[in-house]
Amino acid sequence: MSTAPTYDLGVIGGGVVGSTLALFAQRGGLKTAIIDRGPLCREASGVNAGTLTLQMTRVALIPHAMRAHAMWASAREWLGHDVGVVVCDGLSLAFTEREAALLEERAGKRRAAGAPITIVSRDEALRVEPGISDKILMAGHCVVDGYANAYLTGQAFRAALIEAGVAVMENRPVKGLERTDKGFVAETAEGPVTFRRVVLAGGVWIEPMMAWLGVHLPIKVLVNQLTVTERIRPVMRTVVGIASGLLSLKQYPHGTVVIGGGWQGLGDRERGGVELVPERLVGNIRLACHAIPELAGARLARGWAGLEAETADALPAAGPIPGIPDAYVCGSIHSGYTSGPSIARSLADVILGREPDLPLFPIDRLLKAATP
Amino acid sequence: MTRQADLLVLGAGPAGTEAALAASEAGLDVVLIDEQADAGGQGWRAPLSGLTLPRKGPDAEAGDALRARLAASRVDRRFGRRVWSIGGAFRLDAAGPDGPEAYQAPRLIAATGAHERVVPFPGWTLPGVIGLAGATVLLKAQAVLPGRRVVVAGSGPLLFAVAAGIIAKGGEVAAIVDMDNRLAWAKRLPGLARRFDLLKEGLGWTWSILGARVPFLAGYGVRRATGETELSSVIVGPVDANGAPADGTERSFDCDALAVGHGLVPGGEVPKILRADHFYDRLRGGFIPELDPFGRTTIENLYACGDGTGIRGARPSAAAGRLAGLAAAYDAERLDERTFDALAALSLKALADYRPFADTVAAAMALRPAQVAAITPETIVCRCEDVTRAEIDAAVDAGAGDINQMKHFTRCGMGPCQGRMCGDVAAELVAQRRGVPRDEVGFWTQRVPLRPVPFDTMIGTFDYADIPIPPPAPL
Ligand SMILES: Cc1cc2nc3c(=O)[nH]c(=O)nc-3n(C[C@H](O)[C@H](O)[C@H](O)COP(=O)(O)OP(=O)(O)OC[C@H]3O[C@@H](n4cnc5c(N)ncnc54)[C@H](O)[C@@H]3O)c2cc1C
Ligand SMILES: Cc1cc2nc3c(=O)[nH]c(=O)nc-3n(C[C@H](O)[C@H](O)[C@H](O)COP(=O)(O)OP(=O)(O)OC[C@H]3O[C@@H](n4cnc5c(N)ncnc54)[C@H](O)[C@@H]3O)c2cc1C
Repeated sequence: MSTAPTYDLGVIGGGVVGSTLALFAQRGGLKTAIIDRGPLCREASGVNAGTLTLQMTRVALIPHAMRAHAMWASAREWLGHDVGVVVCDGLSLAFTEREAALLEERAGKRRAAGAPITIVSRDEALRVEPGISDKILMAGHCVVDGYANAYLTGQAFRAALIEAGVAVMENRPVKGLERTDKGFVAETAEGPVTFRRVVLAGGVWIEPMMAWLGVHLPIKVLVNQLTVTERIRPVMRTVVGIASGLLSLKQYPHGTVVIGGGWQGLGDRERGGVELVPERLVGNIRLACHAIPELAGARLARGWAGLEAETADALPAAGPIPGIPDAYVCGSIHSGYTSGPSIARSLADVILGREPDLPLFPIDRLLKAATP
Repeated sequence: MTRQADLLVLGAGPAGTEAALAASEAGLDVVLIDEQADAGGQGWRAPLSGLTLPRKGPDAEAGDALRARLAASRVDRRFGRRVWSIGGAFRLDAAGPDGPEAYQAPRLIAATGAHERVVPFPGWTLPGVIGLAGATVLLKAQAVLPGRRVVVAGSGPLLFAVAAGIIAKGGEVAAIVDMDNRLAWAKRLPGLARRFDLLKEGLGWTWSILGARVPFLAGYGVRRATGETELSSVIVGPVDANGAPADGTERSFDCDALAVGHGLVPGGEVPKILRADHFYDRLRGGFIPELDPFGRTTIENLYACGDGTGIRGARPSAAAGRLAGLAAAYDAERLDERTFDALAALSLKALADYRPFADTVAAAMALRPAQVAAITPETIVCRCEDVTRAEIDAAVDAGAGDINQMKHFTRCGMGPCQGRMCGDVAAELVAQRRGVPRDEVGFWTQRVPLRPVPFDTMIGTFDYADIPIPPPAPL
């Protein structure tokens, strides 16, 4: 027995990826439902550092990151709600010869991929950002940089999705997904939800979601630590990182400074980010204070950890699910807050039957490696 | 270097100190850590060194006796250490006088005490308005009066302790404004009389207040505090038994300080961080950990005791502390069952003896939903981030169903106090707006640091080359 699908498209997972996808699909004419086991954007998409930076983006993602940056910068127009986006310069610092070499190599490759990154001298960097340490040797400078207030993401998308007419189903865990001759049935405690097509947009939970369809796609779980200071007087105005990418630092207009860079805490897919590792937190903060010396006077208000997904080759899983018509996956995007909206939009185009203007990242490459 | 021990005890109030003593007497190597300069906690606080205060009163005596026993014990005392991080199985990281420190032990007792609750009213953020509990700290540790002319307002026994303390130090109390009417206290007398020694202490306070002829307004609450840049007067009005404003004449008192408080909230950060099971108990002040009679949480080898596990007061906290210390020693196989049973029986009995008194006092300090319901829309609830009641209501209407999502929508609880001050009231507002029980809106997700800590004390001195920078992500 199979019931007629209620929705043209069901998106399972309401992070920034699923939310953008649902929004563009609905606006493109598909009756869409988005289902999340919690509130929208409260996992990676609500607890990340909000950095919208090309200097931490993987080279293969630069075109998406460039377009997504423009999307974030114009969020008021297409999203209609504030996510506190600030566009500013970004600097990637080198303190040692080794870091200088790394910087030149990485900036060069990103520049070749289309990112407007230049290498600047110490004095030039200090002119761009007077707050940085004069111990630096050189810096990468990118004028397309900035940040958003990640914690506002859910509120903004929720309102936009509801206004667009998407059926928003929060606090409703999907327990299983069944394929029928007419489409898909998502099993939830409040009853089944049926749709003709499905997108699995579950962040680190893509792996268990794919298992519902009998597909094994290994997804590694990164546990990123972040810390935030109490409000302090302005000590910096740009986004600051280091050559290795293990620092992301900026001060919000209300005065707090968020320190990240992917230092790893403890946790897993079942329990979330469970614990911060004090040595790593101290290491991350030392690095931040080394980069912006005035930060040392600030007080730590809070630290937390969130889960970021990674495939075997650290490139996204974004495209159709091989062998299962009308099923798609979207996620595992490195620095996915920056690039996520663009990749999700491209997949929405594909589902809407349009030619995507930027390439996707089909998972055939990962499945071949995974199936023995 | 990490100090290894058999047992770590965080918090050297009556609960933690007794726990440390009991476990140490049973043979465990115990480290007792507190950010204060000496043991005693909030209620039995030691005066700041260098101050010679007239040492009298049961709290001072109890504190001195406790400190003397601790000094004679083998407990490794680490004062002046602010613990900011707690890790599983069990590691504490602290900012100490000489920089970062770490402690590790297979067992941990959390005895971190309580925070105070102020149910907001217009003007409560003016300079000159301080918490009742904060006022006791000024009086006890620093012998400082909160102001020249003080209105003392709110609910619970701290009201009388503070008023009596101000009078004893020669200050002027402009008025005592108690949300409870005389009938409420009369009904409580049987419960209070179960501990005559403590009742006598309370009667002593009342006596000194009567002697000073201080206006006493029973069944009144603060309506608003006014002043240009600092407090100049307090307007009070009648309230009903549930704390809601009632009809009747308002009265105004000129003053330069208002000490106001509406009970205490358990400071249970540690069991929350370590994800022990919790439940909501209005009488005990909020969400508290599930405990067995000896203070074992649902996490193995994690114990909790004292006001952090539900508001009961200093003496019951001390008894609960002894039980937790004994349980830790027993679980570590340093006490045989018979000795444990015999020792624990004394503290179990003490705890049971205190219970009617403690419940009666706790009831006077519990959150009154009608008082929260009466908070006006423009009143600031989160004073770190200036979030008003209207903004919290709007967030709920916009779909924020639990306290953490409300935080994302409003920044409520995102400031330096991380919701320790506003959390209980903010959660009550969310629950009331949604029309659901408090349990459903949950509590703030607990994270490090336990208290705001300055970076420079956390990171110490370092060379760039020594920062353990992990390998970079793929390009
Ligand atoms: C701490 C941290 C800092 C970061 N910093 C940055 C940064 O500065 N810049 C940047 O560009 N990127 C950053 N990232 C990465 C970025 O946050 C992520 O790449 C991005 O948010 C991923 O979005 P997503 O929608 O794929 O996944 P998520 O946001 O994780 O969304 C997945 C959703 O699926 C839902 N779900 C799971 N299981 C089920 C189920 N059974 N039923 C229904 N729903 C389910 C979850 O509840 C969740 O809402 C950071 C990540 C972290 C963790
Ligand atoms: C501000 C305040 C004032 C009070 N004044 C009085 C009073 O005058 N009279 C009265 O009868 N009752 C008073 N009380 C109530 C009284 O504190 C309790 O009933 C009693 O002290 C409970 O004992 P305890 O051991 O559970 O906690 P506490 O006595 O509060 O002891 C907890 C200890 O833990 C320490 N601690 C907590 N977190 C950390 C950390 N992260 N790092 C290092 N140390 C930490 C604190 O410094 C404190 O010493 C007050 C409560 C508060 C909150």
